[in-house]
Amino acid sequence: MNEPAILTRGLSKRFGELVAVDNIDLDIQAREIYGFLGPNGSGKTTAIRMLCGLLTPSAGSVRVLELDIPGDAERLRRRIGYMTQAFSLYDDLSVEENLGFLARIHGLPRYQGGRRIEELLDRYTLRGMRARRAADMSGGQRQRLALAAATLHSPDLLFLDEPTSAVDPENRRDFWEKLFDLVDEGKTILVSTHYMDEAERCHQLAILDTGRLRRQGSPAQLMAELDRRVVEVRGHNLRQVKSRALQIPEVESAAQQGMQLRVLMNAQSAGSAIDILRNSLADADLEMVLARPSLEDVFVASTQDAAP
Amino acid sequence: MTGSARRIMAVADKELRQLSRDRVTFGMVVMIPLIQLLLFGYAINTMVRDIPVAIVDLSGSAAARVITEQVRVTQVVDIVAIYDTPAEAEAAVVAGTIRAALVLPHDLTQRLVAGDTAGQWIVDGSDTMVGSALLGLRSMPLQIEAGTPQGAYRPAGTTFEVALFFNPERRSEVNIVPGLTAVILTMTMILFTSAALVRERERGNMELLITTPIYPLELMIGKLIPYIFVGIIQITIILGLGRLVFAVPFNGQFTDLVVITLAFIAASLTLGLLISTVARTQMQAMQMTVFILMPSILLSGFMFPYDAMPLPAQYIAEVLPATHFIRLIRGVYLRGAEVEQLLPDLLWLAGFTVLMLLIATLRFRKTLD
Repeated sequence: MNEPAILTRGLSKRFGELVAVDNIDLDIQAREIYGFLGPNGSGKTTAIRMLCGLLTPSAGSVRVLELDIPGDAERLRRRIGYMTQAFSLYDDLSVEENLGFLARIHGLPRYQGGRRIEELLDRYTLRGMRARRAADMSGGQRQRLALAAATLHSPDLLFLDEPTSAVDPENRRDFWEKLFDLVDEGKTILVSTHYMDEAERCHQLAILDTGRLRRQGSPAQLMAELDRRVVEVRGHNLRQVKSRALQIPEVESAAQQGMQLRVLMNAQSAGSAIDILRNSLADADLEMVLARPSLEDVFVASTQDAAP
Repeated sequence: MTGSARRIMAVADKELRQLSRDRVTFGMVVMIPLIQLLLFGYAINTMVRDIPVAIVDLSGSAAARVITEQVRVTQVVDIVAIYDTPAEAEAAVVAGTIRAALVLPHDLTQRLVAGDTAGQWIVDGSDTMVGSALLGLRSMPLQIEAGTPQGAYRPAGTTFEVALFFNPERRSEVNIVPGLTAVILTMTMILFTSAALVRERERGNMELLITTPIYPLELMIGKLIPYIFVGIIQITIILGLGRLVFAVPFNGQFTDLVVITLAFIAASLTLGLLISTVARTQMQAMQMTVFILMPSILLSGFMFPYDAMPLPAQYIAEVLPATHFIRLIRGVYLRGAEVEQLLPDLLWLAGFTVLMLLIATLRFRKTLD
């Protein structure tokens, strides 16, 4: 495919005074996992809904799978799977009934639909609970069911809106393995998250904040390109050190991680960062080491840019 | 103690805030008493007047014209037609275009002279209040003095004979049971469907459904089909028990009964569907259902005769599917009318169904805008 799976220019959505999505350009290539990383209210869900054709953009153009959206939304619906943030299958139907219902809605022929459901039951380890009602399942099981439902009609493009918010770490790891299997089969996946460890797994990442696209690129690229210095500070009275560090103009943020304080600084060079910190804090007992920026640092730096 | 009072007030304050933010519920707080008061005030009129009747004058005499005039001025009846034969009048009673007919015989003048009963009322007894009102005319005094020799007529003991058709014993259950089908179906059909779509929205299922290739009309019709069976089960229970326990006679055709029932179920279901596109919560859907249910009980002819209600109440009644169904089912079930005789009400229900389905489908959008 020459054209990107998702292509937007100047995509915006206003709800009255509130600008939920502000002038976003996206170029999402096929066969990759593209992540939307952002805090709650950053416009992730609104953006996804516009890409699915569920919301009409206030401005800008959207092309998804070479279809103009929202004009061609009805045709797009046959080719996308959408896993909503809140569980949206029927609580009072069993696993099998839920999948059977969707298979018929999507117009899968009886035999083909039945085979597809069996395949999904195996793939998402739901076979043992095919007769169980969705209401009686655990978070991880419900999430696997939701993914099975979203991929039932073998869509080319999957939208997953915070798919792992109600899932424990082990199930989350498992879930991501399933996503990579899907990409391996040629699917494109757009996933929104506010977890750093999840964002790090994506091929490409967009950092969203207050409706704007702050950074775009692969996680490694984003970390490498970060024009900030990260200093790890070890010592006593870290709470006090933190409030003092935040007074320094060059310090953008400071967060305690167990026995150490991670300080993000807007400084020219590595050496100058430690010098500024050491001089300002004037505490000989503190041990300072330069650290490699993590994705969280990128995220914090990106959202700091927003602040006036 | 003050701590307890504070907590109570905190809950009351929170409740009031939530109530004032639910606009529909807040509106209902005002609208329910307002509208219902007007409805009750209009409908509860136990003095029955203006019953549509016909006159069949076989005598062609001056006395007949005088009697007709005297019947008219009682205001109990409204003479809407003149027929040539009793058979025509009976057909009109069955069809429901008139509630009763006064037949004045060939020998009217001789009967008056002899002091016999002057004529006979053929009355649709399927509405017991109408029947009672016309029974009241049985001994109305006649004054046929003008233009005749003094003392020419002897007063009769009974002025008219009254033949109550369809419910000669004037048992109220005969009247109530078929009408009850309309009330119960209105309640359950509208409530079930209105809640059905709202529930999907409340639980988040709608967000999933609208990303699938399903069309709104497909979704609407699919949601309605199961409730058609619910309606059929209910009407079977009501009419079955009515026959077994209350011995309500079934005088009509079974196929006619099926046709009118399906038409009414369809109309009620689509009305419920329209509500579900307006209501945001199941609670709101419930309130709107009650809003339609009350006039359906009071104005449809179930409790009070339609003909006795003032015009504004009749206009409201005319909009309600229950009014048309009560006419249909009393006609088919009690009077043995055929569907062809009741076509206007049936067509009205069909038209209503199509209109509601259309509006509901147009209102339902597959976007979240």
